Amino acid sequence: MNRHATAAAVLAILAALLAGAAPAVERFALPQFKSGYVRPATEVPAPRADLYDWLDVSALAAALAAASYLAIRARSRRGLWWLAVMSLAYFGFWRGGCACAVGATQNVALALGGGGYAVPAAVALFFILPLAATLFFGRTFCAGVCPLGALQELVVVRPLRVPAWLEHSLGLLAYIYLGAAVLFAATGSAFVICEYDPFVSIFRLAPLGRPASTMNALGGSTGMLVLGAAFLAAGLFIGRPYCRWLCPYGAILRLLGRVSRWRVTITPEECIKCRLCEDACPFGAIRRPTGDWPRGERLIERRRLAVLLVIAAALLAAGAGLGWRLVGPMSRMHHTVRQADRVRLEETGQVEGTVDLSDAFYATHRPPAELYAEAAAVEASFARASPLFGAWVGLVLGAKLIQLSVRRTRTDYEPDRAACVSCGRCFAYCPIERERWKKASGGTNAS
Amino acid sequence: MSEPKKQLSRREMLRRGALGAGLAGVAGTAAVLAARTARSGTVWQLDPEKCIQCGNCAVNCVLDPSAVRVVHAFALCGYCDLCFGYFPPGFEPDDEFETPGAESQLCPTGAILRRWTEGPHFEYTIDEALCIGCGKCVKGCGAFGNGSLFLQVRHNRCLNCNECSIAAACPAGAYRRVPADHPYLLKGEDQKA
Ligand code: SF4
Ligand code: SF4
Ligand code: SF4
Ligand code: SF4
Repeated sequence: MNRHATAAAVLAILAALLAGAAPAVERFALPQFKSGYVRPATEVPAPRADLYDWLDVSALAAALAAASYLAIRARSRRGLWWLAVMSLAYFGFWRGGCACAVGATQNVALALGGGGYAVPAAVALFFILPLAATLFFGRTFCAGVCPLGALQELVVVRPLRVPAWLEHSLGLLAYIYLGAAVLFAATGSAFVICEYDPFVSIFRLAPLGRPASTMNALGGSTGMLVLGAAFLAAGLFIGRPYCRWLCPYGAILRLLGRVSRWRVTITPEECIKCRLCEDACPFGAIRRPTGDWPRGERLIERRRLAVLLVIAAALLAAGAGLGWRLVGPMSRMHHTVRQADRVRLEETGQVEGTVDLSDAFYATHRPPAELYAEAAAVEASFARASPLFGAWVGLVLGAKLIQLSVRRTRTDYEPDRAACVSCGRCFAYCPIERERWKKASGGTNAS
Repeated sequence: MSEPKKQLSRREMLRRGALGAGLAGVAGTAAVLAARTARSGTVWQLDPEKCIQCGNCAVNCVLDPSAVRVVHAFALCGYCDLCFGYFPPGFEPDDEFETPGAESQLCPTGAILRRWTEGPHFEYTIDEALCIGCGKCVKGCGAFGNGSLFLQVRHNRCLNCNECSIAAACPAGAYRRVPADHPYLLKGEDQKA
């Protein structure tokens, strides 16, 4: 009886509720129990304690210090290799890849974007500490701390030489990717670095420190796992493809590395230009001595620089213009804009039927005008940010042209400050360095 | 021979200047950031009031099965004998005190346990280990019942990815970062807890 009454009541409500989701409503009176039955409480297991975040930060600081010491002072390739293994195990496999400076760039952009997001202190430190270390010691973070770098570092077996023109062109991608990642993060649209991180699905495969049952991690990311495998396979023959051409954080580190106080040298003693180290670097970071440039060319050079500056300015303006044109498609990275577009299409009868995206909006019972207004606000923020992104791309291209044309005088073989990831491979190729080791350790080779 | 030496030192000076600028830049960023920093971390949670049970929670998590499971706000539950989160639509049990076999249940994994309490009232508890977060029960309970079943990211399972893969796929925009010391968005009485 009771049951059929409820069933009838329910059928009556049914029509009114086709929208699907409904907030809690008291359709059925809450029972008053007389038998002493006590309602259980909803279980709410706590997340990992904050303490662990500080453990991560301490590990980062310690690893940065160790990497800098090993690269600059101890000059120990073996030490750096072991550090990379440990960082890969801790930040990669144990922490599942998400205690990550590369990704933290986006949290910082989101916080600076003004949407009211407060970046957790630990995440902010993950962003800042490696930058500070790079200003002092060069990219030692990349040598043995970053788990993405460490994974690629350890799989290099037979590095091929990449032609300079290709290296220069592909190298631009990282800066453009950085700009895009900042744009989409600052506008609260997406964290593209995380979404397209090729290695994080590999880190999540191994159940380090977690019950194996929770780590059958293929769900939703099979495609990314395949991409990660492809990157690793390529990494056997092309040293650190992600680091060199894509990593957005690496792009910042390159800029800072150019001016670092100290840096990795092939040997601290004088280079004798024996050329033995020429092919030592799997990442193409070793630069040859240039010899002296002919003196008479100074004037021509200045003129060329002036022309290039004009071109760079034009590129910047063109980029900003292009960014302006792309406000529409770019803003569709934002959920609200996508939802508003879809609802508008349905409301104006341009498409038939609903999809989850629009159903979710109808379930809120809000007037579409509200959604349109929210979307317009998002588009307005893209109208500001997108031309900036375009200008950044133009600036990157222009700066590359200028960089290519400016002639530097190099007297020795030396690692390029921006490209060197401080891995220490070249040390062993240098005969002067080997001599130094012999002297230092009385004949037994320490590294 | 003195020419390149002089050039080198000029470049070196330029570089020192740039280093100073770099230090100032990083310190400045850190200072600006300090004003927008939260002491405690954040975790991902979905707002049950926004969720439309689209099914993405079950398949888009990087974990399989998903870190999202159904939870029950007992304080909202009607303890209905004919629970729409438990029985498939149109189901007619022969005997209301009988617990039907898995084939007669709405949940694809039989994760909801039904137990008689008193009178016409039944308690529904979740065997969380079996739940896959598909939200079928949530839809049933929300559409025809009190809405006491709802989905939540379970923080004993969630890896707290920097970008939650489900958040990126959720059509309702139901996911947001919440402070780690208030990691659930519960319904009913439990909200206060
Ligand atoms: S370039 Fe990027 S991915 Fe590579 S080691 Fe450096 S920070 Fe990590
Ligand atoms: S993805 Fe969003 S709408 Fe779909 S079930 Fe999960 S929270 Fe609900
Ligand atoms: S129906 Fe789906 S969400 Fe509900 S208990 Fe079963 S598996 Fe979990
Ligand atoms: S943060 Fe990661 S583990 Fe947690 S629910 Fe989202 S995708 Fe799943």
